[in-house]
Amino acid sequence: MSKKIIFPLLPVLVAASLTLSACATAETQGTPSPISQDASSSPGASALVMGEPWVKASKDGMTGAFGILSNTTNHDITVVGATSPAASTVELHETVSGSDGTMQMRAKDGGFVIPANGEFLLEPGASHIMLMGLRSPLTAGDDITFELHTSDGGHLAFTAPAKDFSGANENYEGSHSTDDGHGAMDPSAAASHPASPTQSK
Amino acid sequence: MKGKVVKHDGGGLQRRHLLFGGAAAGLGAVAAIGLQVVNGAEKAPVQPAADVQHGSAKVPFYGARQAGIGTAPQAHGAFVALELHPETTRERVRSLLKLLSDDAARLTQGKAALADTEAELAVHPARLTVTFGFGPRLLQSVAPQQAPGWLKPLPDFSIDQLVPEFSGGDLLLQICSDDPVTVAHAKRMLLKDSRSFAAVKWVQSGFRRAHGTEASGTTMRNLFGQVDGTSNAVPGGEPYEKVVWGDGRIPSWTENGTSLVIRRIRMDLDTWDELDRSGREESVGRKLGNGAPLTGVQEHDEPDFKALNPHGFPVIADFSHMRRSRPDDETQRIFRRAYNYDGAPSAGSVSESGLIFACYQADVDKQFVPIQQRLDELDLLNTWTTPIGSAVFAIPPGCQPGGFIGDGLFTGS
Repeated sequence: MSKKIIFPLLPVLVAASLTLSACATAETQGTPSPISQDASSSPGASALVMGEPWVKASKDGMTGAFGILSNTTNHDITVVGATSPAASTVELHETVSGSDGTMQMRAKDGGFVIPANGEFLLEPGASHIMLMGLRSPLTAGDDITFELHTSDGGHLAFTAPAKDFSGANENYEGSHSTDDGHGAMDPSAAASHPASPTQSK
Repeated sequence: MKGKVVKHDGGGLQRRHLLFGGAAAGLGAVAAIGLQVVNGAEKAPVQPAADVQHGSAKVPFYGARQAGIGTAPQAHGAFVALELHPETTRERVRSLLKLLSDDAARLTQGKAALADTEAELAVHPARLTVTFGFGPRLLQSVAPQQAPGWLKPLPDFSIDQLVPEFSGGDLLLQICSDDPVTVAHAKRMLLKDSRSFAAVKWVQSGFRRAHGTEASGTTMRNLFGQVDGTSNAVPGGEPYEKVVWGDGRIPSWTENGTSLVIRRIRMDLDTWDELDRSGREESVGRKLGNGAPLTGVQEHDEPDFKALNPHGFPVIADFSHMRRSRPDDETQRIFRRAYNYDGAPSAGSVSESGLIFACYQADVDKQFVPIQQRLDELDLLNTWTTPIGSAVFAIPPGCQPGGFIGDGLFTGS
């Protein structure tokens, strides 16, 4: 288990052409999968694959990345961390009901456990990959690269397109406290985009 | 017991017996329907099941040519024209086309788009197609050297009363499906992914007969009641290939590309009502009953423009729509793919109806414009019809998995 090498799997959008985002400086590699196919169904798929990845476009501050993590092995895989050139900090978050009854996001202790031969959904209002301290605006259509790290020392690189999205506006646990500079804690500020006049807020 | 009969393999004789003897045997309607569905491949002639579902029918998105042109017209269509934001650069256009192509690739196959908040609405494509068209400004921005000469507003016609809210546009999305909920969801998803790049300039929603109402391939009727589109070439045949995709004499602007003209034709049903049946038939030159030319019997009979009535006048009048639109020059042909519209009437009126006239041809100037010029000069049908919207788009080729619509315009730069 600990020796498992996890190969990157890229969505087709990435392989199609040049990387657009100024943020996305990391070179990626891998074999593109059919755009509409769940990655886990392709023959010879790697142990852990990311399907249907996307990121919520955001002008600054913070945002989330989503998708479907599939574990093709017979043992659980734990994702313990993530990095992206697009943000100074990337965390694995879960959304829980806070003490005041509202839904709040917080770092997931112990990471994401993707069950053997199972899937783990990353979606708005639930578990997701949190980007904090965006280095530059994530604009719709930008391709953002990520790398996930597993407890057994493996990694999974993937690229996700940024999409305009009005949801995913959950509060952050402890958002009233000071933080390390990514202070745009009003989620609605992070949600709006200057070039999207039709977007509310 | 009934279930046993239905599932019994190799019991064709028994099933046929039950089917035909169903009523006499006292079988209920529910059992009969179940029998038909289960035995979808049954050779025996059966009554068409009333509840056969077609929501899962799919039209491939990827291919050398875009879908939604040669595709048998779906029951519902929305034509959406976008206007690029002033700050949308060439590279941003590429991003837009990638996003929209990805959405279309998924939605047409019954899969939710990425970030689709109503994923459940994506599961019944019902032959959904999304066809992209490029307006003058988009092509000028992306590949000006490839922009065809005809990609510009049509010449001014005297009959036109164009309004900007139905004219022009930089990017066209023709969204067609046999299910209107599917059209609405696809439109919503595509527009959500367009909003950082472009604004909606206009939307025209139209319809034909519902899926299953008539045999597939039946020529549509417009809201004047006329059989409309009889002379259309049949997709797959040589005339269709020439008309839409070009040939040596009239090449298309790019291989597997074509053009689309969209004209919003307002039809004045209130004054049309004043016309009796013979007058209606004379205005077009075809019979209302089956669309046959006034000189013929069947819809597809060739019209005889030389035939005279007992008074010595042409049976098909020289001012009729068919005579005026029918070119002597065989190259002046178009491929129509129109939809009816029926909007809310303004105060004092009871109808606001018409035709979203959409036609494909390899070269707008060589094929469409001469026809329209003749109709502009003389066409009795102009008495009751008024073009109020007009737009021209270049249709790029299709794309392959991993690519996006228009990707060929970005190569080598």
